[in-house]
Amino acid sequence: MIRYIIRRILWAVVLFIAVTVVTFVIFFVIPANPAALIAGKAPRPIDIQRAAHFIGTDKPVWYQYGKFLGRLVGVQWDRQDGEVWNIRFASPSLGRSFATRQNVNDIVARAAPVTASLVIGGAIIWLLIALPLGILSALRPRSLLDRSGMVFVLIGISAHPVWLGLIFAYVFGYKLGWTPITGYCNAVNPVGSCGGPVDWAYHLILPWVTFAILFAALYVRMIRANVMETMNEDYVRTARAKGAPEWQVMRSHVLRNALLPVVTMLGMDISLALGGAVFTETVYGLPGLGRTLLQSLDAFDLPTTLGIVVFATMSIIVINLFVDLIYAVIDPRIRLA
Amino acid sequence: MALLEVQDLRTHFRTDDGIVKAVDGVSFSIEKGKTLGIVGESGSGKSVTCLTIMGLNSKQSATTTGQALFKGDDLLKASKRQLREIRGNDIAMIFQDPMTSLNPVYRIGKQLAEAVILHQDVTRAAARAQAVELLKAVGIPRAERRIDDYPHQFSGGMRQRVMIAMALINNPDLLIADEPTTALDVTTQAQILKLIAKLQHEFGSAVILITHDLGVVAETADDVVVMYAAKIAEHAPVDDLFRRPRHPYTWGLLGSLPRMGADVPRLAQIPGSPPSLLHPPSGCRFHTRCEYVMNVCRTTVPELRPSPHEPGHLDACHLDEETKGREAAKLVETMMAEEVV
Repeated sequence: MIRYIIRRILWAVVLFIAVTVVTFVIFFVIPANPAALIAGKAPRPIDIQRAAHFIGTDKPVWYQYGKFLGRLVGVQWDRQDGEVWNIRFASPSLGRSFATRQNVNDIVARAAPVTASLVIGGAIIWLLIALPLGILSALRPRSLLDRSGMVFVLIGISAHPVWLGLIFAYVFGYKLGWTPITGYCNAVNPVGSCGGPVDWAYHLILPWVTFAILFAALYVRMIRANVMETMNEDYVRTARAKGAPEWQVMRSHVLRNALLPVVTMLGMDISLALGGAVFTETVYGLPGLGRTLLQSLDAFDLPTTLGIVVFATMSIIVINLFVDLIYAVIDPRIRLA
Repeated sequence: MALLEVQDLRTHFRTDDGIVKAVDGVSFSIEKGKTLGIVGESGSGKSVTCLTIMGLNSKQSATTTGQALFKGDDLLKASKRQLREIRGNDIAMIFQDPMTSLNPVYRIGKQLAEAVILHQDVTRAAARAQAVELLKAVGIPRAERRIDDYPHQFSGGMRQRVMIAMALINNPDLLIADEPTTALDVTTQAQILKLIAKLQHEFGSAVILITHDLGVVAETADDVVVMYAAKIAEHAPVDDLFRRPRHPYTWGLLGSLPRMGADVPRLAQIPGSPPSLLHPPSGCRFHTRCEYVMNVCRTTVPELRPSPHEPGHLDACHLDEETKGREAAKLVETMMAEEVV
């Protein structure tokens, strides 16, 4: 078990380096100069040069990557005339934004709870839709419920979240006035009149539903297929041959086995959903990681972009590790060695 | 009164291609404590017959007619609740593939105890004690400890022992074993069959043994039903079947048994393959593969009739007595000479 976790962590380090190197390379391949953007209106070449020196983009790419890694593990240094001096230890940092000079740690810390609210709430909603619909469709294949479920799946998979978001905001937010159209309220630390769990949920209802529909559709189909397949398993027949009542056969023999893969999928999809959150956050103006990432890309703000990529990578690695460990607990056939 | 009496059982499945008559007018009975062997090729309806008796066919596509009287009550007309009380308690079943017949996510102790708790009003601890007892009875070493293992920690033979323990744990009157040894290797097969016979003796259960292995039937059964294409071809006490087989299909089965020491280049076989049950042949279903085929075989379905010599020996064949007697004698003679029987 310990060896397994160590191996997983080493893999995580490799993955982390790969992801950040790729982000760095892509950033420098793009023919744009962040220094020119922050040097002010109608800058002279000397201004751009100074700005480049200030944010460090005048140094070679490998040196900037080294600086980035150093900051991340809490080692900082200065370098002049090829000599490294003044090595010091500080708390780990993602650096400062090129565009706003804000600490990227703070930017991520502000945006992450928004995205977490959206993704976790969305995941709960998509499971609340998909579990009953998937299981009932499997129990009564070709019934009216099953057919309607399949129509829902088709719509859910085909409808893009941006389109859905706009339609929902127009119908429920603008026409019917049931929900706010955009914006976000903190669940804790209210800002002015907007805040607290009720306002938080009220503002997130539409984003949650928008975000959940695609995954709900995919999960209905997956759960339906898993349950139907499991109902044909020999051990389910064994349970019936023992004289177990149908609800007990379903609960402890069919569902217990059919829902095992859903746990894995959920872990993978929550990671995937971090990407999908970009659309929903943009449509509903939620200040989460996705929208911040989009803005930082527009501004050629490398530290912010990297900060969010690093944070997302770490989250995905942690979630996947967590899912694997849970899986070992709920499925006895899996032995971690 | 017979323990189980099946009369004119028919199970038909609706499929997209038409109606598959998987069991088409099967009748047999079994007495308390006896063993009935049901033999036949794959797809001859052996398993479906037993699943129908247990009410385990999928309800959507199967229609069933006939009777299956268990202690006088018709199982086919029993309510779900009555069936549930009978299943696992009065009639238990062992399946073909022990690798997939146990739920992979539960410890075997829990699966055994589940069977006990469903039918007996006992505590978990008592159910567990019974489970350990049965595991010992089926010959699982260190049963007290193995009871907390998961199915994947057992070998195929051991899993089949667990299945047998689970079937016998409520001391059923009838045990249906659906090809219990097909998925196992030969040495394990012998052990499992011996175990079933021994436990049958101890528990006094009747056994329906479904198999395609005539050797197994010869050793364990009291009566034999030979099924071909959803119908019974021949039904006889085991000695009669091997001494005086009366149906050409049975001759084919006996003739194709591997012969120890026989100097034959390859195994004898019945030519052709079993017919589709979607469009079964007219008349006698075996006529497409029968070397004694006559015109009447193609048009008229032969009835299952008792032999004039032995009223308990039934067969469904149009051949005349003389041919039946001659061919059977010839076959038995060669088999004796080659020490098959």
